[in-house]
Amino acid sequence: MAAAAAAARHDADVCLIDDNAKCGGQIWRGHDDRSTEHMGDTHFALLQKSVESSRVALRSRARVVAVPAPSSLRLETETASEDIRYRRLILATGARERFLPFPGWTLQGVMGAGGLQSMVKAGLPIDGKRVVLSGSGPLLLAVAANLAKGGARVLGIFEQARFAQIAKFGIQLLGHPGKLREGAAFRAATRSVPYRTGSWVVQAHGDHALQSVTVSVNGAVRKFQCDYLGCGFHLIPNLEFPRLLQCQIQSGYVCVNETQETSVKDVYCAGEPTGIGGLEKALSEGEIAGLVCADQSASRLIKRRNRYLRLARQLDLTFAPRPELNQLSAPNTFICRCEDVTRGALDSMHSWREAKLHTRCGMGPCQGRICGPAAEFLFGWSSEHPRPPVYPARLSTLAHPVDNTRIKA
Amino acid sequence: MRQSTTAQIANPTLILTINGSQISVAQGANVAVALLQAGIPARKSVSGEPRSLLCAMGVCMECCATVNGVKHVRTCQLMAQPGMEVVTE
Repeated sequence: MAAAAAAARHDADVCLIDDNAKCGGQIWRGHDDRSTEHMGDTHFALLQKSVESSRVALRSRARVVAVPAPSSLRLETETASEDIRYRRLILATGARERFLPFPGWTLQGVMGAGGLQSMVKAGLPIDGKRVVLSGSGPLLLAVAANLAKGGARVLGIFEQARFAQIAKFGIQLLGHPGKLREGAAFRAATRSVPYRTGSWVVQAHGDHALQSVTVSVNGAVRKFQCDYLGCGFHLIPNLEFPRLLQCQIQSGYVCVNETQETSVKDVYCAGEPTGIGGLEKALSEGEIAGLVCADQSASRLIKRRNRYLRLARQLDLTFAPRPELNQLSAPNTFICRCEDVTRGALDSMHSWREAKLHTRCGMGPCQGRICGPAAEFLFGWSSEHPRPPVYPARLSTLAHPVDNTRIKA
Repeated sequence: MRQSTTAQIANPTLILTINGSQISVAQGANVAVALLQAGIPARKSVSGEPRSLLCAMGVCMECCATVNGVKHVRTCQLMAQPGMEVVTE
């Protein structure tokens, strides 16, 4: 959104392709819930105004499923498909939560921590509901604050990282007073909620729907009756599309130069795929990429971007899942939810490819987006180069001849 | 949560149909919210387990259902409309 706004401001012809119904990604989500936002009513409003200008052609609820020809993207919406050609492309594919399987994680009521927040923003009544949050990362605190504001009874926040790591991270945050204030505000909003480090959910119980969870709190086992469990182990970037375009990836992130350009000429990348760093980093990077794509200088933004980039690296170190979490899944726990492949079936496999061929792990509709990162953590398997379509698509979309007529900047 | 098929909400509501039952949700809510509120799983897994959404951002595909005759619709990405017909798998 920031990229589109920056490029459009400098008279570029922009097409913004968004999977969501409303602009603003997973955090702003069309700014549905103004009361819970911490940054920039005005910032969002400004960007929205730019994006709604005539310079930006908006494709909402549209997904890129394939690259039918060089500098060309094939989009699919609920009812139609089209090809869009570009001179320059900015990838802002965002991130998703990392899920580590544990017994009971397929019950109704167990969802991502961010996922639960999204559902509340999308209208799920949370007032008076009992919620447990577990996993890793600053998102847990933000979610707790938002849910508490909505009337939820947050019974506990269980962070797997060690206290020493969190403390060290806190000290590093001193260089980011804005972030520190944000964190303090979240904590203030959840003062009565226990925040426990070195703790994680061990099992979710219930008959189809969640009734309670067992949590390991610094080694001691505790049980909580609850309506919802929000559980996400920090975030991982959505790399399927950058990979499809053969952008170079290193240590789990898209490699970019000073101007956000990837290893592929005229393909830029901004936001979480270059490092999980949150809103401000994504805005800086998006603006840089947008300016550069509109042949403008972005040098004044470089320093700020680099500061957020360093913070992103610290986040990864602090909230990396600890090895003990490997033991969370039992032999009969599903790792792949699409194809119902258990931990036991995967233990004898040696690679992601072997697992796919022998067990169908990662071969279902999510295409390994959920179980792939879990398998990477559990077994050290790296996922393979994706093949189009990168999302399940209709045959008619794929069979359509290449349309070269529509040129977009 | 599972017992109530009609949500008690102060905001204006709309009614859609899930597997033939009328479900009331807040205006602006998405279809996955309606399924969760009604306690109805979106789909059955390949081994027969009932499943509901996990990611709420259109990635996990656990919330897919048939909406107005269109199969495999990600209900977490779709806003509920009055009279919408949702059939779970």
